[in-house]
Amino acid sequence: MNIIRIFKTVFLIDFLTGLLIAIKESFKPKKTLNYPFEKGKISPRYRGEHALRRYPNGEERCIACKLCEAVCPAQAITIESTAREDGSRKTTRYDIDMLKCIYCGLCEESCPVDAIVQGPNFEFATHTREELYYNKEKLLENGDRWENVLAANIKADNPYR
Amino acid sequence: MEYIVLLFSEIYKILYVLIPVLVSVAMIVWLDRRIWAFVQKRRGPNVVGPFGLFQTLADALKYIFKEIIIPASSNKIIFILAPIVTMTLALIAWAVIPFSKDYVLADINVGILYIFAISSLGVYGIIMGGWASNSKYPFLGSIRSAAQMVSYEVSIGVIIINVLLCVGSLNLSDIVLAQEKIWFVIPLFPMFVIFFISSLAETNRPPFDLPEAEAELVAGYQTEYSGMMYAMFWLGEYANILLMCALGSILFLGGWLAPMDIPLFDIVPPPVWLILKILFLFVLFALIKAIVPRYRYDQLMRLGWKVFLPFSLIWVVLTSGYLLYFDLLPVY
Repeated sequence: MNIIRIFKTVFLIDFLTGLLIAIKESFKPKKTLNYPFEKGKISPRYRGEHALRRYPNGEERCIACKLCEAVCPAQAITIESTAREDGSRKTTRYDIDMLKCIYCGLCEESCPVDAIVQGPNFEFATHTREELYYNKEKLLENGDRWENVLAANIKADNPYR
Repeated sequence: MEYIVLLFSEIYKILYVLIPVLVSVAMIVWLDRRIWAFVQKRRGPNVVGPFGLFQTLADALKYIFKEIIIPASSNKIIFILAPIVTMTLALIAWAVIPFSKDYVLADINVGILYIFAISSLGVYGIIMGGWASNSKYPFLGSIRSAAQMVSYEVSIGVIIINVLLCVGSLNLSDIVLAQEKIWFVIPLFPMFVIFFISSLAETNRPPFDLPEAEAELVAGYQTEYSGMMYAMFWLGEYANILLMCALGSILFLGGWLAPMDIPLFDIVPPPVWLILKILFLFVLFALIKAIVPRYRYDQLMRLGWKVFLPFSLIWVVLTSGYLLYFDLLPVY
C-alpha cells in the first residue's frame, strides 16, 4: 500500500470525486422520455394494435380470403364470411383474440388488399380480459381512427417490400 | 378531569410532532427517488401531484389495499409484530428531538441515551421479521443486519462520547446550546464523517444495504412481507434515516441554531434551520445511494471494527486530553 493510496483512502478522495460527478450529472438534460406526455419515434413497420381498413369510398377492404386466419401462428383470428347481394364475398365476423396474438405481423404480410394492418398504437391496455377480444366493429373503428397514419406508414414502407 | 385534560394536551403535543414527521417521511421517500433518478439522468416520479410530490401517498394507498400474505409456516404473532415494532421504535425516538428551544416533546436529561437505546432496539424489528418468516433469505438478511447494526452502534457510541465530552450533558437541548459559539462539525470533523458513514450502516442504506441485498437475498428480511406490513417496514426505515439525519444535525451541525448570529437569520424560525440541516444530510444520503457500489460483508465488518472503532477511540483520547490540558472541560 503506497502513500498516495493511503492519502486517498483517508481523505475519501475517490468518494468525493464521485460525489462531485454525481452532482454535476444530475443537472444535465435527462436521457429518458417524459413518457405519457412525450413519446418516442415509432418505425412505419411497428406492429401494434390491429385495424381493418376501408377504401376511400367507405367499402371494407377485406375480401374474406382467410389467408390471415390460415397464417396466424397463434390461431388468434376467426373469420366467417358470406356472399353479399352484389356477389362480392365479405366477412360477417372478423375476431382477433388480442390475448392470443403474438404480434408477429404475418396477418398484415399475408393480406392481398392491405385490409388487416398493425398500427402504431400500443396503448390499448384494458381493465378486463373481455375487452381484448376484438370483433369486426372494433377493428373497423380502429381503422377509421388511424387511417391517416396507417396509409402514411404503408406508403413509407413500400420501397422496402 | 385534570387527568383527562393532561391526557388530551399530551396527545395533542405528540400528534404535533408525529404528523409532520410522517408527512416528511413521505416527502423524503419522493426526494430520495427523485435524486437517485437525477443522478442517473432519469426523471423519477413526476406525475402524481406537483413534481410528483404525492407519489408516496399514492404508493401508500396502493399498499393499504393490497392483500397481506402471511406464510403458512411463519410464526404468525412475531411475523405481524415485527413491522409494528420497527415503525414504533423509529417514531418514538422523535420524542426527544428538539426542534427549537421550547418545541421539544420530552426534554429529558438523558435524551441522547434514550435515542441510542431506541435505535439499538430497532434491530429487533428486523431480527423478528427475519426469524418469524421461517424462510432462507429473510433469515440470512436479518442475521446480517443484526451483526451490522450492532457493530456500527459501537462506533456511533464512541463518537457520541466525543460530543458529550465537549458538552458535559446528555440533554439534546444542551448539546445544541453548547454549539452556539462553534458547531462541533469544525473541531470534530473526522468524527462527523465517521458518524455519517456509520449512520448509513445503521440505517441499512447503500453502500451498506447488505440485509436487503437484492442480488443475493431477494429483499432480505422483507422478502415474505406484503401489503401494509411491508409499507410499515419501509416507513420505519425512512423514519430511522430521518432520525439519523436529525441526530447528525443536532450533534454536529448545531441543531436549530442559525449558522451565524446575524439579525437576518433571526427572522427564520429555529425549526426551519433544523429542517434545512436534516435535508442537507438526507440529500447526501440519497446521493451516496446513487454513486456507491455495495460493500462486501467482510469489508463491512473490517471497516466497522478495524477502522472506525479504533479511530474514534483514539479521537476520544485526543479530545479528552485536549480539553483537560487547556482546562476547557465543561462543568455542570
